[in-house]
Amino acid sequence: METITKTSHGRTLRTEEMVINMGPQHPSTHGVLRLELVVDGEIVIDVIPHIGYLHRCFEKHSEQMTNYQQVIPYVDRMDYVASMNSELSFAIAAEKLLKIQIPERVDYIRVIMCELQRIASHLIAIGTYGIDIGAFTPFLFCFRDRERILDLFEMTCGARLLYNYIWIGGLSHDLPQQFIPTLKEFIVDFRKNIKELNDLLSFNHIFIKRTANIGVLPADVAINYGCSGPMLRGSGVKWDLRKDEPYSVYNKFDFEVCVGKGEVGTLGDCWDRYIVRVDEMEQSLRIIEQAIQTLPEGNVQSAVPKRIRPNPGEAYARAESPRGELGFYIMSDGTGTPYRIKARSPAFVNLSIISEISRGCMIADLCAITGSVDIVLGEVDR
Amino acid sequence: MIDWILTQFPDSILGYIIICAVPLLFILPYALVTIYLEMKMSAHMQDRVAYMRTGWHGTLQPFADILKLLQKEDIIPTAADKFLFILAPYIVFIGTYATFAVLPFTSSYIGSDLDLGLFYLVAVSSLVVVGILMSGWASNNKWSLFGALRSAAQIVSYEIPTALVLLSIVMIAGTMNMQQLSQLQSGGISDWYIFGGPFPIVKKLLLLPLMFILFLVQLTASMAEVNRTPFDIPEAESELVQGYNTEYSGMKFAIFYLAEYANLFAVSAITVVAFFGGWGSPFGSFMSGGVWDLFWFVLKGMFFVSINIWLRWTLPRLRVDQLMYVSWKVLTPFALVCMILIGYILVAF
Amino acid sequence: MTFQEITENLKQKFGTAIVEVKETVQPDPYIIVDPNSLKEISKYLRDEEILTFDFLNCLSGLDLKGKLAVVYHISSMKHKHSFVLRVEVPTDAPTVPSIESIWKSANWHEREAFDMYGIIFSDHPDLRRILMPYDWEGHPLRKDYQVPEFYNGMKVTY
Repeated sequence: METITKTSHGRTLRTEEMVINMGPQHPSTHGVLRLELVVDGEIVIDVIPHIGYLHRCFEKHSEQMTNYQQVIPYVDRMDYVASMNSELSFAIAAEKLLKIQIPERVDYIRVIMCELQRIASHLIAIGTYGIDIGAFTPFLFCFRDRERILDLFEMTCGARLLYNYIWIGGLSHDLPQQFIPTLKEFIVDFRKNIKELNDLLSFNHIFIKRTANIGVLPADVAINYGCSGPMLRGSGVKWDLRKDEPYSVYNKFDFEVCVGKGEVGTLGDCWDRYIVRVDEMEQSLRIIEQAIQTLPEGNVQSAVPKRIRPNPGEAYARAESPRGELGFYIMSDGTGTPYRIKARSPAFVNLSIISEISRGCMIADLCAITGSVDIVLGEVDR
Repeated sequence: MIDWILTQFPDSILGYIIICAVPLLFILPYALVTIYLEMKMSAHMQDRVAYMRTGWHGTLQPFADILKLLQKEDIIPTAADKFLFILAPYIVFIGTYATFAVLPFTSSYIGSDLDLGLFYLVAVSSLVVVGILMSGWASNNKWSLFGALRSAAQIVSYEIPTALVLLSIVMIAGTMNMQQLSQLQSGGISDWYIFGGPFPIVKKLLLLPLMFILFLVQLTASMAEVNRTPFDIPEAESELVQGYNTEYSGMKFAIFYLAEYANLFAVSAITVVAFFGGWGSPFGSFMSGGVWDLFWFVLKGMFFVSINIWLRWTLPRLRVDQLMYVSWKVLTPFALVCMILIGYILVAF
Repeated sequence: MTFQEITENLKQKFGTAIVEVKETVQPDPYIIVDPNSLKEISKYLRDEEILTFDFLNCLSGLDLKGKLAVVYHISSMKHKHSFVLRVEVPTDAPTVPSIESIWKSANWHEREAFDMYGIIFSDHPDLRRILMPYDWEGHPLRKDYQVPEFYNGMKVTY
């Protein structure tokens, strides 16, 4: 058998080092990420990420579409656990390019949907993070609650995962009648469940031991690496596009930007990133409550353009997805087909930091770090 | 009971084989029940219902699982060390099964009434490490090797606190014979060593806190010895895929599984014998003797098995260095201090 | 700061390095800069107190049929303004200096642009393909890209 003597970076291995592949089939890489580890016993000396196993040519596909609206189902499949947020980002970018004003009711419903989706996505992140650390039960508690959110989506647009709900200029369906009462019930129940989750996992002694002081990401490094979302806020940077660059109708709602405080360890460790997600769910509930109280009446499809043909030009629009700043760069040449669409996916950028913060940790810590970055490989590889 | 079997079979080899197979009569039904129990307990903790379709509330599911495992293709990786790969699960099982020889199920049945029962137990349960190391090495898989090495380190370090706890028990009881150990505590709940043992009241009260600490040490160490969460780092599903048994399938995997469950009962039984009076009834002579002994022994054993299951589905996993920390810097010093204090109490009173 | 102010500032500092100002492009106007002074301009944009573009949002390759371009979307967390830079290079000699040393997030984005468009980022520390397989031939997002019939001797079917 041929012995491996070099990493794919070209570094020659010392005799006590070993190259070991974590993934593409591995339980804690959350999909088909491959991490090439150089280990000395249990200690990780170097991490070389290899991505692209789930590359589905999103950008190439988009250039072949005959209509901007056709891109939206593809956008759904990028970040498949937070499709609503992807759709919203793309819709905002296309609307910016088309310069259309949308009815207020549409904006409110979009906000409600995106915040519900944010909770659903964070629930997956938290649940699977529990599994990464070895706690199985919180995972199912999270999925129980997520199920109710998916039921709400199903009630609205018939789909549970890939919705094609937010259209350019409008929505595919208005809210059904039972939606608001069911949502109110969910909010009441979910508040209790967050507390239960905190008791079971967040403040569990072993969980804190495993995540505090692990994978510390200082704020300046996070900014320089372009990290966003809970990853950046976990490092104590108060930056949330919903607050700092309000899109849609977020400026009408009162909510807080949750940041890591280094409560149980160093600022910017895995636990901080984790707790930011837990706190954000509470804030999302607040936004939803305000939105359903002041939900205006209107027609959700009045502004949907019959024919989408933007003038030549280009637009970059960004929105806060559960993972961070999701931006779309759209370039139009005046035809109905987009000339170029580039997705700036937060998970892709956040993942690039992994070799920086996991040098010198142990293999078990690496699982904790990958989990706390909260990647969705569909979005990383597009 | 053993003598009775031997008289039934004058050809003594056959008799001994049958005696060897007697614990299987317990292990196989026990494994089925525990698989079912674990699934149902974990499901109800997680707001699920677990299997409901095969039989009443899915009671036939463990049989279906076994049937499935029997039918599965037995895969041996090309690059594996074939001989060791096949041997490993049996060594693991033998190591576990051998401990059942000295477990006193009732006052009239014990596989082998050894005077060195406890010593034998500590010695023989280490055999499991050999099997696990063997499987990890033979799989020719780096993750399996990691699992095996972690497992070896873990089991070896947790033997120390266990041995110290058992040594303290031996000091109090003055015997290593498991049957005599149970006999000493057979006078009801107040005679159990967890409550200070069958001694005058002053000595009992002095021993009580120490015994309680020792019990906690033993409970933690036993959990670590059976490789279950929070100490399941050798298997660590999310880190090492499945650790040393990643490459196993079919019956070989089933044997690992069976060994794990058997080991779970074995360590629980050691705790029961050392602290909770073995087969002794909690009401002294009331409800004791014959089948009652078996009932109490299994009941107590299953209680600790359930505690293991409960903790497994509640707690996250420790990291490998934290695990060693718990063993060497927490459990071992506590056990050592308790042992010295017990020695002093025994001499002074 | 608005687009005009930032452009004026850059023009005063760098003069001819600003090749063209596309003010009329809607909704996001941009400037085209000379590839040779891209690094200096980026460094200036990041470090100058009144600009402080600390965040590289997005780096996209672009095929303009005949020339390739790289688009840099940058923004400032401190001043909450954003800006778009672009460099254009001929398709037959697509070399652009890497700005990895200024914004680390450019690392993977540049690898992606290299992967998809074949733009060579000089002095990039680790310029390998990122999304496509390492032995893939061609650069898929170029407008003249032909889908290969075979990959490693295997027929590519649809």
